Amino acid sequence: MEYEAVIGLEVHLQVRTASKIFCSCANRFGEEPNTLVCPVCLGYPGVLPAVNKQAITKTIAAGMMCNCEIAGYSKFDRKNYFYPDMPKNYQISQYDLPLCQNGSVRIEGVGFSGDEIPRRHIGVRRIHLEEDVAKSIHVGSYSVIDFNRAGVPLMEIVSEPDMTSPDEAHAYLTELKQMMHYADISDCDMEKGQMRCDVNVSVRAVDNPGFGTKVEIKNLNSFRAVHRALSYEIERQKELLEESAAVEQETRRWNDEEGVTTLMRTKEEAHDYRYFPEPDLMPLQISADMREEIRRNLPESPASRRERFVQEYAITAYDAQVLTGEKALADFFEEAAAASSAPKRVANVIMTEFLGWLGDQGKTVRESPVGPEAIRELVSLVENETISMKIAKDVFSEMMETGKAPGDIVEEKGLQQVTDQSVIESYLQQVVQENPSVVDDYKSGKEKALKYLVGQVMKLSQGKANPQQVNDRLRDMLSQ
Amino acid sequence: MGQGNGTSHIDVRYVADLARLELTDEEVEKFQGELESVLTYVDTLSRLDLSDIEPTAHANPQANVWREDGASESMCRDDVIRNAPDSAEGKYIRVPPIIEE
Repeated sequence: MEYEAVIGLEVHLQVRTASKIFCSCANRFGEEPNTLVCPVCLGYPGVLPAVNKQAITKTIAAGMMCNCEIAGYSKFDRKNYFYPDMPKNYQISQYDLPLCQNGSVRIEGVGFSGDEIPRRHIGVRRIHLEEDVAKSIHVGSYSVIDFNRAGVPLMEIVSEPDMTSPDEAHAYLTELKQMMHYADISDCDMEKGQMRCDVNVSVRAVDNPGFGTKVEIKNLNSFRAVHRALSYEIERQKELLEESAAVEQETRRWNDEEGVTTLMRTKEEAHDYRYFPEPDLMPLQISADMREEIRRNLPESPASRRERFVQEYAITAYDAQVLTGEKALADFFEEAAAASSAPKRVANVIMTEFLGWLGDQGKTVRESPVGPEAIRELVSLVENETISMKIAKDVFSEMMETGKAPGDIVEEKGLQQVTDQSVIESYLQQVVQENPSVVDDYKSGKEKALKYLVGQVMKLSQGKANPQQVNDRLRDMLSQ
Repeated sequence: MGQGNGTSHIDVRYVADLARLELTDEEVEKFQGELESVLTYVDTLSRLDLSDIEPTAHANPQANVWREDGASESMCRDDVIRNAPDSAEGKYIRVPPIIEE
């Protein structure tokens, strides 16, 4: 029997703002517990919320990045429940009129597993805005609460159950995170709880038109964990179906160390949150002007940038996927490539040398000691044959260490390629004389021998001879 | 809403349970009657033709009452702790053990 997974994701994303959603306490992570709090976010009796316009603007921007319809009329509602992380006993959220609905996220490219993902659009059912709740820490015989997080603007992004594989779920999350970074909506740092993800997954026989029984997975702390948990859970459900056993509707917890999901709770108690309109907040009317202004400030989406990079700079789809992974990197590449005669080479230097160097140093693109113009200059020095690729690597290391311009380094150290015919000729003579047996090998048909001789000439020139020129001249000389 | 028995508008026991209220049998009977009459009164609306009336979430015809994004001083933590029923380490609000969700 052939099986197919049906996956839906619910993502919570903290919106990056200066202040919280309903009060003017700072929205900051990592401060001393209970220092960014006030009567509003502590839920004291008698206080009134005042909504932060920027949180609404950024949620609408998030909806636009996801191709959503933006509500003309929207409102906040109370979601009633009892839990110490929400002392008002209700969370201000949105129920029937969310800010954004009916969008989609395009996924494609090389997946987490290394396999190619065919281009698909994953539906986004809705994006709504709510207040984050406090953080509770379980000490054992009691629990403690830190309210710094309470009232941080939080978006809930609910996908349609459109994904069919762990790779697709991973790609959806990656794309979502990229878009939110590009538009400066959220920092999406999962370790800081700025991005949280719950997964729903069911498995059904391919020829069965209905859905299988849905299982929810919690405690997913990285995209990798989402991928692994889904792979595990899909296999587990398949095995149950193979044995004709029932998949129970339940919530399972991902155990990252052991790589398994374990049962958290079975029967979902039917939640009744008794939603009703928040009487303390006036509704929202999102005018065409406001929408237009938000749209004007949106950045180019990562997807359209990928496409454009392939067309304008003649790089591969994979190169474009890597180079657009982060907006700062995409900007860096584009600035280097736009004025370069060899954008593909610029892409290569950035992807191998530059990213390699940053990785080794644990630095981000923004922390690079050189700007994009340095990479462009380095590439042009290779292009106009001032230096060889080999020397370029040394110049690269030097410029990353010192921050000096590549042209200055070449000048100072006299690294210009030796193109003077007579100088090269003398190197050639010397190497041929010193290596008679290798010369004989080449003449008797061993192609590899030539490589060795070219290497010797390069060594003699301290890397400054043009390898192609040496190669050609040597071949001529030895064929005479 | 709720699990009413079809003829009534409200199941007082269910609603009380959601609100974490403990009611005596007498109270259940009393509130069942009182709330029933309130909700029956609301039924009056269904006798009117409201097809031209826009749904309203608020009686006040205002919208977009918002503030610009800007952070200001928060409360002093000692006051926060003093206002809490219990605390831990002088920096957390302490509550009974929460069974992990």
